Amino acid sequence: MSPERKDILFGPLSKNNPVIVLVLGICSALAVTAQLKPALVMGVSVTVVVAFSNVIISLLRNTIPSRIRIIVQLVVVAALVIIVEQILKAYAYEVWGQLSVYIGLIITNCILMGRLEAFALGNGPFDSFLDGIGNGLGYTAILVIVAFFRELLGSGALLGFHIIPQSFYDAGYMNNGLMIMPPMALIVVGCIIWVHRSINKDLQEK
Amino acid sequence: METFNLFIKSIFVDNMIFAYFLGMCSYLAVSKTVKTSTGLGIAVTFVLLITVPVNYLLDTYVLREGALTWLNESFASVDLSFLSFILFIAIIASMVQIVEMVVERYAPALYAQLGIFLPLIAVNCAILGASLFMQQRNFANVGQATVYGLGSGLGWMLAIVALAAVREHLKYNKIPAPLKGLGIAFILTGLMGMAFMGFMGIKF
Repeated sequence: MSPERKDILFGPLSKNNPVIVLVLGICSALAVTAQLKPALVMGVSVTVVVAFSNVIISLLRNTIPSRIRIIVQLVVVAALVIIVEQILKAYAYEVWGQLSVYIGLIITNCILMGRLEAFALGNGPFDSFLDGIGNGLGYTAILVIVAFFRELLGSGALLGFHIIPQSFYDAGYMNNGLMIMPPMALIVVGCIIWVHRSINKDLQEK
Repeated sequence: METFNLFIKSIFVDNMIFAYFLGMCSYLAVSKTVKTSTGLGIAVTFVLLITVPVNYLLDTYVLREGALTWLNESFASVDLSFLSFILFIAIIASMVQIVEMVVERYAPALYAQLGIFLPLIAVNCAILGASLFMQQRNFANVGQATVYGLGSGLGWMLAIVALAAVREHLKYNKIPAPLKGLGIAFILTGLMGMAFMGFMGIKF
C-alpha cells in the first residue's frame, strides 16, 4: 500500500481523529458509552455506514448537481442506516433496544456529512472507502476508550463480565455510580482530549 | 397539568444536551459568543416547534402499524415504520428550507444574523432526535407533541447560551495549554450536566 493510502487509512486514528480533533459526531459518541458492548456495536455500525456511503457518493460524484447534493447525501445515508437498523433488529435485538434512537441519529452524525463533503466528493471510490474505514475506526477507538473506563469504574465489569474481584468489595471498594450518569461521559472525553493534546503539542489551541 | 409537567421536564430533566448529548456539534462550535448562540437557539427552537408536530401527524396517520385505516379498512396490518428515518429527515430538510425562505422574506434582519446556521439546522441531531423520541414516547395528541418540541428547543437554547456566557469569561482565566478551547468546554458541560441532574424528579 502506498504511503498516501496508509495516511488516509491510519491518519484518522490519532492526528486527524474525527471526534477529539475535528469535533465531529460527538452526539452519539457520548450517549452509547455507559457500557462497552453497545459502544462496540455503534462503532461498527458507523464504520460500515461511513465506508459505504463514501463509496456510493464517490461513484456518483460526477453526476450529482452540486445544488441538491445535501439531499442526495441524506437519502443515501438514510437508506444505509435503515439497512443497518433492520439487521441489528433481526440479529442483535437486545443491543438494538439499548441503542434505541441513536441508531437513527447516525443519519445526522456530522462525521458522515463531513467525510462526504470533504473527501468523497473529490476522490475515487477506493480511496473514499479507505477514508471511511479509517474515520470509522477513529470514532470507534474513542468510543471504546470512554466505554472501557465508564463500565469498569461504574459497574466493575467489562462487556458484562465482572472484572473487579469480590475481595475488593469486601475490603470496602464501591462502584462509582456517577460514572454511568451522562455528565461523566463529557468529563472522560475532556480528559482524553487533555492527554492527547499533551502528547501532540501542535494541536493545542492558542 | 400533565402537559405543563411535560414542558418543564423536557426543558430541565430531559435536556437535549445534558441528558442525551444531542446537537453537540453545533453546541461546541457556535458557543463562542452569547449573541450568536442566542440566534441559533431561537432558530433551533423554531424548527423543533414546527417539525415535531408535523412528524407526529405523519407518524400517526401514515407510518404506524394500522395508521392507514382512515384510508381503507384493509390497510389495518400495514406497518411502514421502517420508513420513518428517511421520511422524518425529508420533512425536516424541507421544513428548514421553508423556514429559511419565510424568514428571508419577512424578517431579513434576523435572516442576516442567523446566516449559515439556518440551513445547517437540517443536520442538527437535536432536531431528528426530538422526532425519534416523540415516536418512541407515544404522545396522546398533537398538542403534547408540540409542547415537547417547544420544551426541547428551549432546553437546548438554555444550554448553549449558558455555555457561551461561561466561555466568554474563560478568556481571562489561566487554563493548562492542552485543555484550552475544546477540552475545557467538555469538562464545563459535564459540570453543568451534574448541576442539571438536581432537577431530576421535579413535579408540579
